[in-house]
Amino acid sequence: MSIAVVDYGAGNLTSVVKAFRAVGADLRVISTVDDLNDARAVVVPGVGHFSATASLGPEWRTAVQAALGRGVPLLGICLGLQWLFEGSAEAPDVPGLGLIAGRCFRIEGNIKVPHVGWNSLTLGARPSRLFDGIPTESSAYFTHSYAAPVVADTMATTTHAVAFSSAIERGLVFGAQFHPEKSGRAGLKMLTNFLHVVQGAA
Amino acid sequence: MLAKRLIACLDVRDGAVVKGINFQGLRNAGDPAELAARYNEEGIDELTVLDVTATLEGRRALLDTIRRVSQQLFIPLCVGGGIRSMDDARAIIDAGADKVSLNSAALAHPTLITTLSRIYGSQAVIVAIDAKRAHGTFEVFGRSGTTRDTREAADWAREAADRGAGEILLTSIDRDGTRSGFDCELTAAVSSAVQIPVIASGGAGTPEHFADVFSSGQADAALAASIFHFSEHAVRDLKLFLSERGVPMRLDW
Repeated sequence: MSIAVVDYGAGNLTSVVKAFRAVGADLRVISTVDDLNDARAVVVPGVGHFSATASLGPEWRTAVQAALGRGVPLLGICLGLQWLFEGSAEAPDVPGLGLIAGRCFRIEGNIKVPHVGWNSLTLGARPSRLFDGIPTESSAYFTHSYAAPVVADTMATTTHAVAFSSAIERGLVFGAQFHPEKSGRAGLKMLTNFLHVVQGAA
Repeated sequence: MLAKRLIACLDVRDGAVVKGINFQGLRNAGDPAELAARYNEEGIDELTVLDVTATLEGRRALLDTIRRVSQQLFIPLCVGGGIRSMDDARAIIDAGADKVSLNSAALAHPTLITTLSRIYGSQAVIVAIDAKRAHGTFEVFGRSGTTRDTREAADWAREAADRGAGEILLTSIDRDGTRSGFDCELTAAVSSAVQIPVIASGGAGTPEHFADVFSSGQADAALAASIFHFSEHAVRDLKLFLSERGVPMRLDW
C-alpha cells in the first residue's frame, strides 16, 4: 500500500522519488501494470518525447482508469500531464489517456523553445487541493517544448508566447506541466498537498 | 513571464569547491553541500557543479559530492566536467544530477549529444562551449580551454542544438575569472543563432554585468562562481537589483 511511481522509460525518476520521500511519502517505482493493483495513488512522471508514452499502452490506460474508479488519486508530471490529454502533436499516432479533452501542441512564437526555467502559475478561481496554501503567481520550474491547451479542468495557466495549462485538476486527477520536485519550497508544498489528497482518499 | 535565471557554479576538485582565474591558480572556497544549501536558501535558481579534476579518485569523490549536494536540493542541478561517455553521464544522473554538461566529449563525438538526449530527454543535455576571441571571430576550445577546435562558437551551438542539446552553457575564456564583465557580443552572437536557451558564463564582477548580459547579451541565464562565493546575501541583493532594472526574476523562494 504505497504510492506507485510509474517508470515507463521516459527519463530519470531520481528527483521525483527523492522529493516525495523528503515530504514523507511511502512510494515505490513500478514498471509492470499489475503493480497498480494495490497502489494508493499513481504518479506518472516523465520527460522527453511524447512517443515514450507509447509504453503506456491499452493495458496501462485500462488499469489507470480502473484505479481512478476505485478512488485512487492520479498525478501526472510534465509528460505525465500531457498524457492525461487525448494526444500530442509531438507523436500524433500515440494516444494519450484521454481523460481530458484536447491535444498538446508545440510552443511557437518569437521566444526560446524549449521553455526552460522559472515561470509563474496563474491560479484559477476554483478551489484547488493541489495548490492549497500556495499563492497565485508562485514560481515553478519548467522544461518542455510541447504544452497542453487551456481547458475547463485547467487549474493554473502559464504563458510563454501562448497561454497553456500548467496544472489541471478534476476530482482525483491532477497534472503539473512544471516539475514540483524541482520547484523549491512551493513544489514540495504541492507534493505534500497531494499526499493529503491520498490520505483523504484512503 | 519566464524569469532570467541566476546559476551558481561550484568548481569542485577532489570534493572541495575551488575557483580559478583563467582556468588556473585554484584556491579553496568551501564544502560543496554547505554552499549548495546556502545558495538554495538565498534564492539561487539553479546550481552547476563543474568537476575540474580528471583523476580516478577525483571522479569517485565527484559522485559522492553530487549525492551530498542533491540530497536536500529541490532546484535543478547540472553537473559537468570530464564526462566522456554514456556511462559517465548515467553515473552522474543516477547520483542525483538533473542535467549533464558536455564539452570536450561533445566536440570529439557529437553523436553523444543525440544518444544522451534520446535516453534522458534534451532538457538533461547541456552543451558547454568555451570560446575565445581571435581573428575577428569566436573560436571554440576544448580540454578546459587548452585545445583549439576548428569550429566557431555560433556554428557549433547551432549544430549542438540540432543534435538534441537542450541548452548551451557559453563561457568566455577571455573573461573567465577576470570580473571584468560577461562577453556580451559573444553571448548575443550565440543566443541569436539558436532557439534553445543560452547560459552566459565568464567575467561576472558587478550587478551591472548581469544586467548587461541579460539585455545586450540576450542571455537566458547567467552563471557565476566567485561573486556568489565570497559574500553573504549576494544572490538576494543581485536579484533585487536586477528586478528593479526590469529584468524578470524569481523573487518568491
